[in-house]
Amino acid sequence: MPDLLLELFSEEIPARMQQRAAVDLKKLLTDALVENGLTYAAAAAFVTPRRLCLNINGLSPRSAARVEERKGPRIDAPDRAVEGFLRSTGLTRDDLEIRDEKKGQVYVATIHTEGREATEVVAEQVAATIRNFPWPKSMRWGQGSLGWVRPLHSILCILYDESGAEIVPVVIDDIPCGDTTEGHRFMGKGRFAVTSFDDYAARLKRDFVLLDADERADHIWIEAHNMAFAQGLEVVEDKDLLAEVAGLVEWPVVLMGDIAPAFLDLPPEVLQTSMKTHQKFFSVRNAKSGRIEKFVTVANRETADDGATILAGNQKVLFARLSDAMFFWQNDLRVVKSVGLEGMAAGLADVTFHNKLGSQADRVKRIEALAREIAPHVGAAPDLAAEAARICKADLQSEMVGEFPELQGLMGMYYARAAGHDDGVPEACAEHYSPLGPNDTVPTAPVSVAVALADKIDTLTGFWAIDEKPTGSKDPFALRRAALGVIRLVLGNGARVNLADELTRASDTLYECYSNIFNIFEPDGGSEGWDNWQLVLSGYDKTSKEPKYITFEAPRNLYEGDDEMAFVDEGEHPPMLLTPASELSISLLAFLHDRLKVHLRDQGIRHDVIDACLAMPANDDLTLLVNRATALAAFLETDDGENLLQGYKRANNILTAEEKKDGVSYEGTPEERFAEDPSETALFKALDRAETAIATALRSEDFAAAMTAMAALRAPIDAFFTAVQVNTDKQILRRNRLCLLNRIREVMGQVASFSALEG
Amino acid sequence: MEFSGKPASFQEVILRLQAYWARNGCAILQPYDMEVGAGTFHPATTLRSLGPAPWAAAYVQPSRRPTDGRYGENPNRLQHYYQYQVLIKPSPPDLQSLYLGSLAAIGIDMDLHDIRFVEDDWESPTLGAWGLGWEVWCDGMEVSQFTYFQQVGGHDCAPVSGELTYGLERLAMYVLGVDHVMDMPFNAPDAPIPLSYGQVFRQAEEEYSRYNFDIADTDNLLKHFEDAETECQSILAQPGDDPKTGKTIVMAQPAYDQCIKASHLFNLLDARGVISVTERQAYIARVRALAKLCADAFVTTSAAGLAE
Repeated sequence: MPDLLLELFSEEIPARMQQRAAVDLKKLLTDALVENGLTYAAAAAFVTPRRLCLNINGLSPRSAARVEERKGPRIDAPDRAVEGFLRSTGLTRDDLEIRDEKKGQVYVATIHTEGREATEVVAEQVAATIRNFPWPKSMRWGQGSLGWVRPLHSILCILYDESGAEIVPVVIDDIPCGDTTEGHRFMGKGRFAVTSFDDYAARLKRDFVLLDADERADHIWIEAHNMAFAQGLEVVEDKDLLAEVAGLVEWPVVLMGDIAPAFLDLPPEVLQTSMKTHQKFFSVRNAKSGRIEKFVTVANRETADDGATILAGNQKVLFARLSDAMFFWQNDLRVVKSVGLEGMAAGLADVTFHNKLGSQADRVKRIEALAREIAPHVGAAPDLAAEAARICKADLQSEMVGEFPELQGLMGMYYARAAGHDDGVPEACAEHYSPLGPNDTVPTAPVSVAVALADKIDTLTGFWAIDEKPTGSKDPFALRRAALGVIRLVLGNGARVNLADELTRASDTLYECYSNIFNIFEPDGGSEGWDNWQLVLSGYDKTSKEPKYITFEAPRNLYEGDDEMAFVDEGEHPPMLLTPASELSISLLAFLHDRLKVHLRDQGIRHDVIDACLAMPANDDLTLLVNRATALAAFLETDDGENLLQGYKRANNILTAEEKKDGVSYEGTPEERFAEDPSETALFKALDRAETAIATALRSEDFAAAMTAMAALRAPIDAFFTAVQVNTDKQILRRNRLCLLNRIREVMGQVASFSALEG
Repeated sequence: MEFSGKPASFQEVILRLQAYWARNGCAILQPYDMEVGAGTFHPATTLRSLGPAPWAAAYVQPSRRPTDGRYGENPNRLQHYYQYQVLIKPSPPDLQSLYLGSLAAIGIDMDLHDIRFVEDDWESPTLGAWGLGWEVWCDGMEVSQFTYFQQVGGHDCAPVSGELTYGLERLAMYVLGVDHVMDMPFNAPDAPIPLSYGQVFRQAEEEYSRYNFDIADTDNLLKHFEDAETECQSILAQPGDDPKTGKTIVMAQPAYDQCIKASHLFNLLDARGVISVTERQAYIARVRALAKLCADAFVTTSAAGLAE
């Protein structure tokens, strides 16, 4: 069983594409080989800035011969169809067999595929893989037509075993293919031949190339860590940067340098971001003070002066970059100190948030109104929440955020402090974008929570109103993330918010905002014009200051209470459907519930448990909903819970069947005096006790106690079903018992909708 | 001319690049005699990257970026600066080594410095052009742009040209170890009359900064922009057959001059702050439309290698 070594040697592959390319190469080539009758034991791919490499162990030396039978067209089919079939099978008409089928006589082809030498299959499939490689962006060069990420210079492709190596001749234009490669661009000593993967990796190392990206990353991290540690400092961990830097070098040499004292007072995040974005430097922090004091850069070579020249050059570039950052910082502080963050935010009126949702300033106004309303529910002072909302987007107008968009929020915090805001307002500026993902930290400071909720609810409401809901894998405005943000903010803080109210409030605010964005005039003829099919309203878009003509399309049945309405831009824009405010909050709440199910499923709560609780009142209070679901899920895990559920199902099944049969519903009150069996009497008493106990527990929202009260029903219900026949001939007794079953359903229905539960 | 050791002046860096690329087979052209934003606008790059005819040229191009004016005070920002531009079609297989040779030629010791090719895709919305390549880093500083042209003026480049652009001031400051551009020796420091970059250009930077930001008459600029646009279109609307000579003369290059003019006028308008964000896109699209018309015309000519 030979092994296969393939190396595609090119000019520098962008770092961000390397890992994916290694995965793709391995998958595409091994799949293609298997599809063509070869098997293999193991495969591993490697990537450096200049080479993409694959080693396959235990490849079959020949592909197995195969016989395949393929059914063709009927013999009376048009010639074209038969010719097509011959072409696809590579046979002539004489080779075909005629066979009787149900639909008539058809041609059948028997295709014999000879086993082929691995060399031949590999050469062919490597070429095909190269030609169809899924680079995110590929290019041509020179006079060629081949697409590759950057010019491809040579191919090394060998099959090897203990007896030696054989070159696999891969033909791609005039790109040389053989058993040679070269090492480091500057430190290597020219081309060399290799005979196996081990030989290849060892020769590369001798010529200053570490083939394995993980090894390069580990080396960088350990070296950086040790250098920092030796000076009592620590390297700020950054996995993305580490992966990127490992993709920029073949021979990593770690160097640590100083940051000029003049810059040490910049916020650490600014230093870190500037160094990372522009220079791909790691930050080195003084753990005690939290300040970034040094940097680590990774060179691609060793030098006679141990990197002194390289370090000096890097330091100089850093000086220029940080001078820029310092300049932005000081300018921003000057603005903030003279006109405050409200002054800085003034320009937001000229920044479009979305062409159908107005400017950032419009958005800020909505968030402010909403934050004020939400504040009391999360323990924040309404005025503080409104203050924070008013300034939370101001930093989008700062020079620093203009340069480093990823510092949004954080700069807002620094500038808010500089402007004299406090009481949690600066922190709210920083935290109101959170949580950004399922693993991001959830803010807990009340003002932050209020603004963060308002921010997300406004986003959801806005995009819902203009019908930009997420579909399938498309969610360009990250609305699923916003919804999860709302859920995590509420649950993480145990906040008691009736979201339906807030969503309605948000949509009201939004529609109010619409009338501010568009100067809408009364249609000709005043309100009588409303029954016209189309009313053209003219006005101007206050954001772009451009005239904007909006066709207001009123459905004929407007008077029948259907308040759906559509805004139609007369220009190139497609018709814009505005969802009515009343529908909007219902549809959005359903979306939030869907996301909640996904969120809780990840935490091990079954979807039917959530459905059983969603059917209960006040389901827009997510904290209440989840408390109920958690208690129910725990209860169903117990022996009592499981059996009680079975009892419920039994009662419900009988009742539903009988109600259907009789065409009546047994909702009357059962009477204890008709009880015959002691178990029946016991059930009456147990239900009375449970009903009271459950009601008491629910009043204090003690779902665990409600479950315990319910658990007391298990034994009486089991005993009842064992001793009593519900469908007796005595109609009075039957009726009474059916009403008793209904009572089980009602008493338990106080806690959750058990009929929604599975199992 | 023989050079050895480190260069001593800005002009020596330029002279060494000229000598190096001449030695490596490029036609050493002179700057184009119009205001442009970058060396790429020189017809020797834009137009010559189109069509099948082989090409190899190198030249210095004074470039103007009105918005970058800083009155001569910023250590490395200028509204007028020099680019060194190399364009070779088809791109030779050893273009990277050739490029590294040029760094060695200006005194960058490959054994002491860390040269890296870092992904940077190039796109010029005004020229309707894009390519893939890198910015080249020397010890963490961007010293050149290295691009394989894929499309220019909306036309696929076939063959593909390799383009190198050096920001001369920045590169020379690095090689000469100077921190402020105005302090850089322009000619040899031991010349009878030594001149610094500041002595040559500081006053011009100041004058143009004021002019570009505050004085340039925007109504005139707008009018000039429209004139250039109209002129470009009307040149290309002429039939190719010239009645006077009886020859086919497509006037792609005179039309392209007007396109360059429109582009620079747009930059000036931008510096005056009279172009809003939405208008900006529209202006860029207008210049791109001109560039595309010029490219369409140029590919039909013998200079592009088609009509021979």
